[in-house]
Amino acid sequence: MNLNATLLGELIAFAVFVLFCMKFVWPPLINAIEARQKKIADGLAASDRAEKDLALAQDKAKDQLKDAKAQAAEIIEQAKKREAKMIDEAVHKANAERENILAQAKAELEAERNRLREELRKQVAALAVAGAEKILQRSIDEAAHSDILEKLVQEL
Amino acid sequence: MAAGEELTLSGHIQHHLTNAKMCTVDGSVAFNKACSEAGFWTWHIDTLAWSIGLGLLFLWIFRSAAKSATTGVPGKFQCFIEMVVEFVAANVKDTFHGKSALIAPLALTIFVWVFLMNLMDLIPVDFLPAFAGFVGEQAFGMDSHDVYMKIVPTTDINLTAALAIGVFLLMIGYSVKIKGVIGFIKELTLHPFSSSNLVVQILLIPFNLLLETIALVAKPFSLALRLFGNLYAGELIFILIGAVGLLQLPLHFIWAVFHILVIVLQAFVFMMLTIVYLSMASSDNH
Repeated sequence: MNLNATLLGELIAFAVFVLFCMKFVWPPLINAIEARQKKIADGLAASDRAEKDLALAQDKAKDQLKDAKAQAAEIIEQAKKREAKMIDEAVHKANAERENILAQAKAELEAERNRLREELRKQVAALAVAGAEKILQRSIDEAAHSDILEKLVQEL
Repeated sequence: MAAGEELTLSGHIQHHLTNAKMCTVDGSVAFNKACSEAGFWTWHIDTLAWSIGLGLLFLWIFRSAAKSATTGVPGKFQCFIEMVVEFVAANVKDTFHGKSALIAPLALTIFVWVFLMNLMDLIPVDFLPAFAGFVGEQAFGMDSHDVYMKIVPTTDINLTAALAIGVFLLMIGYSVKIKGVIGFIKELTLHPFSSSNLVVQILLIPFNLLLETIALVAKPFSLALRLFGNLYAGELIFILIGAVGLLQLPLHFIWAVFHILVIVLQAFVFMMLTIVYLSMASSDNH
C-alpha cells in the first residue's frame, strides 16, 4: 500500500470521466426519460378524459333516442287524428254536395213544372176561347158582342 | 522476489498482488523492480490502463445509448441503460435535496465505473496475469515472473484514494459555495460545542476544530479504505482459493457467487456515500 503518481493520473481520469458524463451522457438520457414520462402521463390523462367523454356521449345518445321515440309517437298520433278529421270532412262535404245537387234538381224540376203548368193553362184558355167562339158564333152577332169578346180575350 | 521464492505459495500470492510499475530512472523509462527506489513518481500502468479502459467503455456504452435515445418506444438496450440511469436518479433525488447538474452524473459515473472495475474481480485470477506473462516472455524476452498484471483497479489504493479525494474536493467546494468561506469556517469551529458566553466559546474553538476536522477527513478515508479493503480482501481470497488444487472449483464458485453481491454493493455504497456526503456539505442546517 504505497501512494504514488498513479493517484494523480486516476484523479485526472476521474474528473474527465465525470465531466464527459455530465456534458454528453446524462442530459440526453434523463431528458429522454422525463419526456417519455410526460408523454405517458399525458396519454393516461387523455384516456381518462376519453372514457368520461364516452360515458357522457352514451348518456346523451340514450336521451336523444328517448326523445326521438317520443316525438315519433306524437307524430303518429297527430297523423292519425288528422286522417280521421280529413275523412270526417270529406264525408261532410260529400253530404253537403249531395244536398246541394238534390236541392238544385228539385228547384229545376219545380221551375219546369211551373212553366209547363203555365203553358198548359194558356193552351186551356185558348182552347176554351176557341170552344166558346164556336158555340157563340151561332147565337151572337159578332158585331154586337164584339166588346164582350174583346174583354174576354183580354182577360185571358 | 528471489528465484527460490517464486515457487512458494507466498511468492505466488505476492506476484498476484504486485502492480506493474513504470518510472523514469536516470532519464530513461524503467519498469517494475527497477522502480523500487523511484518513490512517488511511480505509475501503476496496469491500474491506469484497466481503469481508464473501463471508464472509456462505460462512457462509450452510455454515450451510444444517449445518442440514439428516443422519447418514443425505447429499444432493449436503451431500456437497460435507462434503468441504470433512473436507479441512480432516484437515489440522488431521495438523498440530495438541492439542485445540481453535477451530482447525478457524478453518481452515475462512480456507480458504473466502480462496478465495472470491481467486475474484473470475477475473471479467474490467473487468466490475464498468465497471458500477460506469456506475451512478455514471447514478445519482449522477459522472465514471465517479472511481468506483473493486477487487473482489478479497485484493489489499488491509488485508485480508491483518487476517487475519494475527488469527492472530498467536491465536498469542500460545495461547502464553500453554499455557506461561503466564513460559513464553512464557522461550521468547523462553532460546533458541536457552543456557548452563549463569548470566552467559553473561544475556549471551545480548538476542540470543535479538532472534532470537526477529524469528522471531515474521516469521510474520504472511509470511502477509499472501504472500497479498497473489500476488493483487496476479495481478491486475496480468490488467489488463495486458486492455490488449493482441485478443491478450488466448488470453493471458487461459492466465493464468486457471493462476490457478485459484494461488487455491486460496494459500487452502490460508494455512490450512495458520495451523494450523502455532498448532500451534507451543501445543506446549511447543522
